[in-house]
Amino acid sequence: MDKILARLEERFPGRATTRQRPDLAFVTIEAAWLREAALHLRDREGFTHLVLLTAVDWLEAGQFQLTYLLHNRARACDIGLRVMLARDAATMESIHDLWPTGATYQRELREMFGIDFPGSPRVDAEFILEGWIGPPPYRRDFDTLAFAESNFRHREGRETRDPAAHMKHKLYPEKG
Amino acid sequence: MKDDSRKFPLRPELEPREVKTPDGQTITVDPLRDYFCEAAPRVHAPVYVKIVEDFFNWARSESLWILGFGTGCGAIEMRPLMTPRFDAYRFGIQWRPTPRQANLLMISGYLSVKTLKRAIRSYEQMQSPKYVVGLGSCTINGGMYFDSYNTIKRLDDYLPVDLYIAGCMPRPEALLKGFEDLKKIIRAGKAEGANAYAENFAQYKERQKAVIHDWDMPDYNW
Amino acid sequence: MDFQWIKVAYALLTLFIVLNYGLLMTAVIQKMGARAGRRYGIRVYQNYIDLLKNYVLRSKITHGYMYYLGPVFRLTGGIGLLLFVPTIYGSEMWANFSFSGDLILALYFVFFGTLGMALGAGESGHPLSALGVSRGLSQVTSAELPFAIAVFAVALQYQTLSVTEIVAAQQGGVMSWTLFTNPFAVAAAMLGFLGSMMRAPFDVVLAPQEIPIGPPTEFHSAYLALLQTNRNIFPVAKIVIYMNLFFGGAASWPVFGIKVFLLYLVSAFVGVAFPRFRVEQSVRFFLIWGVPLAIVGLYWV
Repeated sequence: MDKILARLEERFPGRATTRQRPDLAFVTIEAAWLREAALHLRDREGFTHLVLLTAVDWLEAGQFQLTYLLHNRARACDIGLRVMLARDAATMESIHDLWPTGATYQRELREMFGIDFPGSPRVDAEFILEGWIGPPPYRRDFDTLAFAESNFRHREGRETRDPAAHMKHKLYPEKG
Repeated sequence: MKDDSRKFPLRPELEPREVKTPDGQTITVDPLRDYFCEAAPRVHAPVYVKIVEDFFNWARSESLWILGFGTGCGAIEMRPLMTPRFDAYRFGIQWRPTPRQANLLMISGYLSVKTLKRAIRSYEQMQSPKYVVGLGSCTINGGMYFDSYNTIKRLDDYLPVDLYIAGCMPRPEALLKGFEDLKKIIRAGKAEGANAYAENFAQYKERQKAVIHDWDMPDYNW
Repeated sequence: MDFQWIKVAYALLTLFIVLNYGLLMTAVIQKMGARAGRRYGIRVYQNYIDLLKNYVLRSKITHGYMYYLGPVFRLTGGIGLLLFVPTIYGSEMWANFSFSGDLILALYFVFFGTLGMALGAGESGHPLSALGVSRGLSQVTSAELPFAIAVFAVALQYQTLSVTEIVAAQQGGVMSWTLFTNPFAVAAAMLGFLGSMMRAPFDVVLAPQEIPIGPPTEFHSAYLALLQTNRNIFPVAKIVIYMNLFFGGAASWPVFGIKVFLLYLVSAFVGVAFPRFRVEQSVRFFLIWGVPLAIVGLYWV
């Protein structure tokens, strides 16, 4: 694992490397190098399986973080490649030709986060939301309560209680 | 926050198209007209003689056939009903695989907008008299999904509900009690949801279309 | 042979008895299946309620003439099978419309219902109906093969095509039943019997709760009720044939009741004990086990 990381570091000088577990590490690299890094890991180091491709919305930093988690079956270890994208114009190179499953992940990210992957097959098609008329719902600045209240009719008379306080009051009424 | 101006084009497989038959003829297929039946639902009046209708209602109440269609997490509470521990069969309850043969639609838990569309189609394909039971708080007022962007909050806006079973989720015992209550409602002749649906058809459709933004089927499609 | 109108009344009475018998017996058998699974099971009169409910549903829709005819054909198959075969041996009253060539007619009627369903389900326009029907037809056909050969063996053995005469030849003690005079043919026919009773392990074609693509998918309300009626008549009618051909027939209604029940129990026991076959598995099963047995039965004669 150390050797793999050292070779990766040598070719693609990363900005940060996190060793989560002995068999799991995350490497943050430049967005432009992602394709070469993934190819390097897939073809030379044996990371043949794309476990997942997901995104994190760092609203305060104005960035999306994409994580490409790759798995090496022979050595039973994983490396996550992290890429930071600017939030306002989120576009990323597509990897559907390296792993066909990538296309599905990219479709989901396109729908849920609004990150574009030009060239990916059917990337603009609906993934799980049908007839969606709001902004991408997994972005953290999307107010889901406000959307739900404007889109759906609610039943009146609903109360919301803090569970901890409510149970305390129910179980130990003498303590107030 | 909503963008109501967004329009959804008809999916390509639903557009009218020319098809060449094996015989060499060319025919026009319009899926929305040819694959669905467009006639609006009718109100089916009960039999005039009360005692006969009561007898029929008794038969209906003792032979509830549930459509095997699980919409949310509640579907997992339905399965134990078939097992030796709860054994709903002894109450005349059966599961049927197709909406044509079922006459009880269980909305088991939260209902996302995407599933609502399928639930409406299933409901409309069922034969009258038909009943709807909402399971769990999610169908009553949204439950823990009250702020979700993609689940409906009141089931009775979209389908005529005969009975709600509260809980998150209701246990199988609660379901059995619910079935017994539903039987009482049916025997009292108050479970006329299918007729209510036909009478207030425009209102139901308006509310359904308010949340299903890409309506791509005829208004009534049994 | 002169036609007597009183026979019509007797035939209708037979039908009535058999229908009620079938309704009760299927419920009891279902209950036994449930008890094997440690459940209480359905109520004994549940089948009556289901039938009534389906007949009185308020709305129904149609997909054309053939769609109407599907259940009718199916029911015709059941009733025809019953009426052209002597139900009770030796009684003029319950011999119904049996005549000298009725064995061939019975063979035809066994298959008739499934063909009718094929037409009706095809008309319904449900794309999976055609699939379900072809699955059902292939299974029934392969189950029919050992049965048909066994029937030929029996016909050769007794040198007649009349069910009445075959029964007559089997009178005179248990040892003169075909079961003992030609065991191979009976074994093959019993395999075919299992296959066409639509119980596990051969019921994947129209498993009511699991596979929503069987032939009856689109049938509902009164159409479904017709099919249900047939499902109660047809097994009994079929068992009557088996009873007449292989198990010495029945000379009175109590004997009839016991023999039919025991024969039905065979398929119920097999169904409780074995899991389902897929269609291609069951086709292979019949061709590998059923047909050779039946041919051995043919040579035995």
